[in-house]
Amino acid sequence: MKKNALLAGTALAAATAFAGGEARAANLTLCWAAWDPANALVELSKDFEAQSGHSMSFEFVPWPNFADRMLNELNSRGKLCDLMIGDSQWIGLGAEAGHYVKMNDFFDANGIDMGDFIPATVAGYAEWPKGTPNYWALPAYADVVGWTYRRDWFERPELQAEYKEKYGRDLRVPETQAELKDIAEFFQGREIDGTTVYGAAIYTERGSEGITMGVTNALYNYGFLYENPEKPYDMEGFVNSPGAVEGLEFYKALYDCCTPPGSSDWYMSETIDAFKSGQAALQMNFAFIWPGVNADPNVGGDRSGYFPNPAGPAGQFAQLGGQGISVVSYSDNQDAALEYIKWFAQPEVQQRWWDMGGAPALQAVVDAPGFAESQPYAQAFLDSMAIVKDFWAEPTYAELLLAMQNRVHRYVIAGEGTAQEALDALVRDWTEVFEDDGKL
Amino acid sequence: MPETAMDRAASATPPGIARRVRGLSDRAIAWLFVAPTIFLLLAINIFPLIWTIRLSFTNFRANRPNADVEWVGLRNYQRILSDPEIWQTMQATAHFLFWTLFFQVLIGFALAWLINAKFRSSNFWTTVIVLPMMLSPAVVGNFWTFLYQPQIGLFNYVVAFVSGADPTSFSMIGDVPLAPWAIVIVDTWMWTPFVMLICLAGLRSIPESIYEAAECDRASKWRQFWTITVPMVLPFLMLAVLFRGIENFKMFDLVVQLTGGGPGSTTELTSINLKREAFEKWRTGYASAYAVILFVTVFGLASIYVKALNKVKER
Repeated sequence: MKKNALLAGTALAAATAFAGGEARAANLTLCWAAWDPANALVELSKDFEAQSGHSMSFEFVPWPNFADRMLNELNSRGKLCDLMIGDSQWIGLGAEAGHYVKMNDFFDANGIDMGDFIPATVAGYAEWPKGTPNYWALPAYADVVGWTYRRDWFERPELQAEYKEKYGRDLRVPETQAELKDIAEFFQGREIDGTTVYGAAIYTERGSEGITMGVTNALYNYGFLYENPEKPYDMEGFVNSPGAVEGLEFYKALYDCCTPPGSSDWYMSETIDAFKSGQAALQMNFAFIWPGVNADPNVGGDRSGYFPNPAGPAGQFAQLGGQGISVVSYSDNQDAALEYIKWFAQPEVQQRWWDMGGAPALQAVVDAPGFAESQPYAQAFLDSMAIVKDFWAEPTYAELLLAMQNRVHRYVIAGEGTAQEALDALVRDWTEVFEDDGKL
Repeated sequence: MPETAMDRAASATPPGIARRVRGLSDRAIAWLFVAPTIFLLLAINIFPLIWTIRLSFTNFRANRPNADVEWVGLRNYQRILSDPEIWQTMQATAHFLFWTLFFQVLIGFALAWLINAKFRSSNFWTTVIVLPMMLSPAVVGNFWTFLYQPQIGLFNYVVAFVSGADPTSFSMIGDVPLAPWAIVIVDTWMWTPFVMLICLAGLRSIPESIYEAAECDRASKWRQFWTITVPMVLPFLMLAVLFRGIENFKMFDLVVQLTGGGPGSTTELTSINLKREAFEKWRTGYASAYAVILFVTVFGLASIYVKALNKVKER
């Protein structure tokens, strides 16, 4: 009898402890890059804290060190991050190395349908292998490279007249890459309001991913393909096709003719600074900066406009940015982390995400009547998201990226060799990476 | 018999410890004291070195611990030594090493010579001169990127003022011919004071009586400099070169902040390249072979140099 009472008591205590453990409030840590949208997410997440009883901590790392820091965290199986808003290219590594929790069962159980999200973001941020319904993240922040321009300069009658006389067309948002270069050339070194201004602030950064995220916007539109669509990892004649060579030459010509002096190592923050300080007529950057530009006292409001990456001879594409949110498999708080994802996927939360400066990937939000007019940049965002392409998302993406950074920077910035030689060398580098990885 | 210091120490030893130590030989006690240091040395230095050498013969990747590790023999070494890009980084490192040492020795010795003259407020100027080496290399790299900015940088304006060129017409960290010199200038600015301090110590260690004797022999200042000052300061100078040489061979932070290795790979020194291979590409086996090659190179050169230094000291 005594023994039975003891067993019952133990079972009750264990059950209570277990139930208590499930209901216990967790302290979740969300890891992301240190940038404006992250600050908006901190505000947005306060609702989650109030609703769930869980508390949130945030670990934000500046972009140039983001991949280094966070991939080290994942590779060392660290428990710092419960939720990771990792870059789109990490998805292959996250899935294959077991860093991320697979989401399919969770999505099914909670009625989260990937068909409700912008297809490009699902493919870019959530799927691995690409093209298969295996999901490792929820699309969290839709982003894409686009352009900002000084609308107030474009609208000046004297500049319009001079441009028309010189180029035979109106000074307006460029529709092609060639027009973009003409406009950049037109503004380069021009005196406006007593200040020397320059054509275009573009990505040239060497250390992390900058120049790759920039040059691909020219390469895609001139015919560059990562691989033979019929034969995976067959790159000869696709990466270094005549069109790709022309695209690379175009980017170098744009850098040589029309960028501010000293812009040989510029990425997001430097191009923003150049544009906001009134140095550049055009700025290449991810769309995440558009709310900040719009609100800027110097260049915001009607003084700036936004447009998607212009078309080239082979079509119109833009480099995909953005990230999905994943649950880290080494986390001790996976249930609470999944709770956060369930909360984040709700349409009303996604709408608030947009209102607060985030970029939702939920189709219902971006398709809602009035979305395109809700912000001056909303239409450009929609147009840009419709033309995205992304870099390799293979587990070896870091090696593939570093090789491209090296080859492209050497040609575009340092002027070493020819575009053909640079892309031929890139094919060799990438082939070696895939051979080492057993893919070839 | 008078009580010695050792006796006093022995009598002060608590009886518990004394009981335990009693019976141990001097050699055993010595080992007892040295053992923790040896253990740490083995754990922190020797074991990682042996492990690195072992990894250098494999295709191991630290970011894929579950993947099969293959023994690849000398393949990593062959690939490194036949890779023209590695040799390019070696050349960039050699250029950086040679010119930073050249300028730092030249300017450092000249400054030490001036400071040693003990003019009025020499102490104040010594403090001012050594300020740069007290700063963090990351901070120095960061603010020199601003000084080198073609549009707003002070450096470009000074050069433009002196030469009459347009300050925006050149970019110290963006132009291929200038970037290697940009990093040499910053490192020289930062570390010349270190060489100066060592030279100053050398100069102040020369007994005044030697100069007085030379004066009695009517030796000119020029002759005194070459026959007394230089030979007596030389061991100090060589020591400074050794320290700076080792430091600059592994230079990383300053250059990463300044140029990130660019433009292209113009300023990609071996340490930057090695870090990319090891912690960005995660080719751990390959990077281990690379590290072993660099270790052997530095160790070999340093050994030869230390032998030369000892010969100079013996003179």
